[in-house]
Amino acid sequence: MDDYIVEMLNITKRFPGILANDDISIRLRKGEIHALLGENGAGKSTLMSILFGLYKPDSGVIRLRGAEVHVANPNVAGELGIGMVHQHFKLVQNFTVTENIVLGLEPMKGLVVDLRSAAERIEKLSKTYGLNVDPWARIEDITVGMQQRVEILKMLYRNAEVLIFDEPTGVLTPQEIDDLMAIMRNLIAEGKSILLITHKLKEIKAIADRCTVIRRGKVVGTVNVADTDEAAMAEMMVGRAVSFTVDKKPREPGGVVLEVEGLNVLSSRKALAVKDLSLELRYGEILGLAGVDGNGQTELVEALTGLRKVQSGTVRLKGVDVTRASVRARIASGMAHIPEDRQRRGLVLDYSMEDNLVLEVYGERPYSRGGFLDRKAIRSHAEKLMEDFDVRSGEGAVEVARALSGGNQQKAIVGREIDHDPDVLVAVQPTRGLDVGSIEYIHKRLVEQRDRGKAVLLVSLELDEIMDLSDRVAVISHGSIVGVVDPAAVTEADIGLMMTGVGRGGSGGPEVARGSAGKGVEK
Amino acid sequence: MKGLRDLFTALAAVILGLLAGAALMWAIGANPVEGFSYLFRGGLMNVERIGNTLATATTLTLTGLAMAFAFRTGLFSIGASGQMLMGGLVATVIGLSLHLPKWEMLALILLASMIAGAVWGFIPGYLKARFNVHEVVSTIMLNWVAYWIVYYTIPAHFKANLETESARIPDYASLKVAWLTDLFHGSFINLGVFVAIVCVVITAVVLNRSVLGYELKAVGFSKTAAEFAGIDVEKSMALSLGISGALAGLAGATFYVGYAVNMQVGVMPSQGMDAIAVALLGANSPIGVVLAALFFGVLHSGKGFMNAMTGIPPEIGDTIIAIIIYFAATSVLFTRLFDGLRAKLRRQH
Repeated sequence: MDDYIVEMLNITKRFPGILANDDISIRLRKGEIHALLGENGAGKSTLMSILFGLYKPDSGVIRLRGAEVHVANPNVAGELGIGMVHQHFKLVQNFTVTENIVLGLEPMKGLVVDLRSAAERIEKLSKTYGLNVDPWARIEDITVGMQQRVEILKMLYRNAEVLIFDEPTGVLTPQEIDDLMAIMRNLIAEGKSILLITHKLKEIKAIADRCTVIRRGKVVGTVNVADTDEAAMAEMMVGRAVSFTVDKKPREPGGVVLEVEGLNVLSSRKALAVKDLSLELRYGEILGLAGVDGNGQTELVEALTGLRKVQSGTVRLKGVDVTRASVRARIASGMAHIPEDRQRRGLVLDYSMEDNLVLEVYGERPYSRGGFLDRKAIRSHAEKLMEDFDVRSGEGAVEVARALSGGNQQKAIVGREIDHDPDVLVAVQPTRGLDVGSIEYIHKRLVEQRDRGKAVLLVSLELDEIMDLSDRVAVISHGSIVGVVDPAAVTEADIGLMMTGVGRGGSGGPEVARGSAGKGVEK
Repeated sequence: MKGLRDLFTALAAVILGLLAGAALMWAIGANPVEGFSYLFRGGLMNVERIGNTLATATTLTLTGLAMAFAFRTGLFSIGASGQMLMGGLVATVIGLSLHLPKWEMLALILLASMIAGAVWGFIPGYLKARFNVHEVVSTIMLNWVAYWIVYYTIPAHFKANLETESARIPDYASLKVAWLTDLFHGSFINLGVFVAIVCVVITAVVLNRSVLGYELKAVGFSKTAAEFAGIDVEKSMALSLGISGALAGLAGATFYVGYAVNMQVGVMPSQGMDAIAVALLGANSPIGVVLAALFFGVLHSGKGFMNAMTGIPPEIGDTIIAIIIYFAATSVLFTRLFDGLRAKLRRQH
């Protein structure tokens, strides 16, 4: 008989209007990495929230080592040895690693917190699992990859046996992903069991033993990863065959449409985030900008689109200097922007969809006249766009944007920006957090834009996406372009290496790479 | 949908507030039924009292609109008191200094008080936009600046017999008109009521139909998204507080040269603070503000009558208002209740 550590049997959970989990059963063997695969909204998070004690199931039982348990809240989950690494880390930025880890169960020596002994224990745990974390470092000084390890240590410090990882690789570089996988193998070797929530098939193939696929709240099946391939798992997840490759014909790019020269931009913390950066974007091409999160992409994009002041350097759009032009002026001269953060930037969440779909053009005819909005024109514009871009919402154009799923919100933004018929489309993480079906669709629209002779600057942390879509790839590191390469002529590993700051005939980025990303280079 | 939910929330807050008031009356040994019947009769039992209720509601409507306008743009202004004082001071000064035909006089007074309030609102708006000074701090400070300006100006230049108040506003400079006063049997009602109605309509149109309203609300909901859309966020905030101030300035005119017969010094008008409650209960919508102002108007003008007839302290009226504010402020609870009930109903069908 199999040795199951966690069994969730016949779990059903209903929310007003939807059946999030419909009779789901999933069994985690001791010492295995079990992937939970599904599209956005398939019910993965709900299921894990039930296991973690955030929700109560309407029916079904949870068994831990064969005995039925009631996980009333996350504290109980912790006592039972269930820990979770959340997608968005929950760390206090200006605390040290140790302070963060002991938060909530501070060891006391009389009236003072005994950080020293805690740090010793953390150091030991860190050694055992090959985490390489400095217990005295401040969170704000360490890389995102390191912060994730702190989250892992937090669970280990609390003696967790079952570790839940929620989309753990989204924020990591290719090297950091490799490191994380090594860590996960160490955890398994030491007898832990892992539940891995993800929608990245490649990672499942690389590390998981078994995979349970969920679609629309139901289990489609559980497979042995060794016996299947990515295409088969994708089909199980989406319910139809999915094409992974983007259909893209070769195309000769035209003249330069966007020209960046010697650009210097400060970050919000007043540090130089973009350093002497130069870049050219041509008509009829997709230029990918690859880089580790936080290497100046955000500041560069904000400087290009007019959201952030430039220290020095120039940005020329169609030959005109727009370095100090307003956001509105740039939109008028043919720039569109799919922002990184759709909820903070891309949409006014409390506005209806129809109001959001005229977010940049509400003041123009036919949407307004003499200072007053033309509701009819706004409505019909919204209805057309939502149909064209397959944006689904409960109450159509009048539905408030907040009520739409992430994928539909994103499709609406992509639709709105492409509808401006821009010469330059700055697309930042256009498919972040979307399901396979939506990704396929948005990729198609981006390529279409290129095929119509327009220019696309694609900024993404997903290297696959950059490699698949781009005609040229510019690699950014520490705020400078370290090289521009032809994606057909290099491997992901080459680009991954460049992302750490090792130049390749480029403008010569900084020699020293930070944190764990750097270790990949030294090896 | 949103309107219905807001109405539900407001009614729930009002009913719970009244119940709490009943409990208090009962606790001090009074009869709540009797108390409430006198409270409402005090506000509504005859034409004169209805007129007084409307006059009270006039000022509250205008200050409430001022608050709602600022809230919609995401600004927590509490400067309506100071803006009212400035509007009222300018109205009083003009009323006591110039001698023009009544209609010209009133037009001038309304325009001037609007501008005075707008300036008093624009200052914190500018400070916020330019130097990121929080509007709560700057509006409170400006309230006191206005308070002391009045404290100095009136006794120094515009007093009659008493040090603590201005001379009486002449008839040709008062918003009170004979036909309206007579129609309501000598109540305080004045032309301000029409000013308020016009302002409600204009505010509603600006907020819901105009390009300006679209921009201001976008800033209120999400500064980052407004910025993304190319809206000048800083200009919008300064403008919004300026408009809000203009409405409160008008409120000042309706109070000091309409409701009252002169301007007292050393009094911070409570309508400025009550306005926050009015806006909150009215869910920041112009029509909601009118309804909330009318309701508070009844409580304000009825509490004295209740006290005279039953011996229940008039502070019970204020307490009820305070409790309603608490319930309105925790409206998210009712919103959830409303959504829950709706979901339940839907499932049954």
